[in-house]
Amino acid sequence: MNEAFRAGTAADMSPVGTLDRREAVPALVGNPQDWLIVAGLAGTAKDTAAMCEPEANYFACAGVMGGAVAMGLGLALARPDRSVLVLTGDGELLMNVGSLATVAILNPPNLSIICVDNGHYGETGYQKSHTSLGVDLAAMASGAGIPAVRSVSEADEIEDAGRLLREANGSSFVLLRITPNAPPPVIRRSLDAALSKDRFRAATLPAG
Amino acid sequence: MADWQEDLYRVLKEFEVSQVSYVPDAGHRVLIDKSLADPEMHSVPLTTEEEGIAMLAGAHLGGARGVAAMQSSGIGNCVNMFSLVKNGLFPMLVLVSMRGDFGEGNPWQMPMGQAVEPVMEAMGFVTMRIDRPEDVEGAMRAACTMVFRSGQAVGVLLTQKLIGAKAF
Repeated sequence: MNEAFRAGTAADMSPVGTLDRREAVPALVGNPQDWLIVAGLAGTAKDTAAMCEPEANYFACAGVMGGAVAMGLGLALARPDRSVLVLTGDGELLMNVGSLATVAILNPPNLSIICVDNGHYGETGYQKSHTSLGVDLAAMASGAGIPAVRSVSEADEIEDAGRLLREANGSSFVLLRITPNAPPPVIRRSLDAALSKDRFRAATLPAG
Repeated sequence: MADWQEDLYRVLKEFEVSQVSYVPDAGHRVLIDKSLADPEMHSVPLTTEEEGIAMLAGAHLGGARGVAAMQSSGIGNCVNMFSLVKNGLFPMLVLVSMRGDFGEGNPWQMPMGQAVEPVMEAMGFVTMRIDRPEDVEGAMRAACTMVFRSGQAVGVLLTQKLIGAKAF
């Protein structure tokens, strides 16, 4: 067994990165209105709502852990005229890491994925996730066959990764390693999935 | 044998379905092959069935229609993802090729096969069973109408009376 796991406790905040998500995520995304955004639950839902509100170009989950990448895939296939961005966390992605393989074989060029990796399950008491213990989700994305992959740990790497997300010829994936010691933004958002769905469709579907 | 599978695909096309997600099963062989050969269809093999439920919710966000095809065992892999359908009132069409049903020869298939209808109904789906080839076209048209016009979640169960029981 991994010794770091044996040594782990719920209070162990040893970081996988040093970046503050409240600065690094918006810097990587750029203008959020350039995208249709699907966010996973918990931290990335808050990152996304804080960037996008009051605009309705995002759908953020508060459950269905593991669904964000596949939702983004369906949206990207449905909307080849728009760029689609998935914001997910390490815990959410680990629950359905096989969805990276599904994305890779379809490889839609309008689908970009950011995994905001704090190495912990932030919503449940900051228990260490597998990425604190050596699991490399960028390597798994590459291994799945996603053609454009970057791992970002420093602020000066963000610009290049942001360009990759916007300009790659196929699907792209950026692992953004952040510190667990800076929490996600505090923002109130609706947890009504039907309302969020209707709001998103009204704001983003072409007329008619 | 597979005229009913041709009927099924034709109805999906009539209703402008453009995304097919699946974990392969013999009962969906024609659907999978036809979707792969169809330049207007996104044919998406999954690593687990729950990806298909999330994918089709995403398709609806983008104004597209889809169908998730899976074996009965796959329903068990989807249960929490069905929360998205029930809570978000997403239209959802799921085609289930049944195992663990009429004449099943593999006991490992029985528990999930028998649980398909209660599980789907608990998560807000209307279910309908199709036992006879001549009923496929009408049942598929009914299911597509309920899903794509009325916004419902519908599970269509292709039973082992229809597709044949697999004996081991």
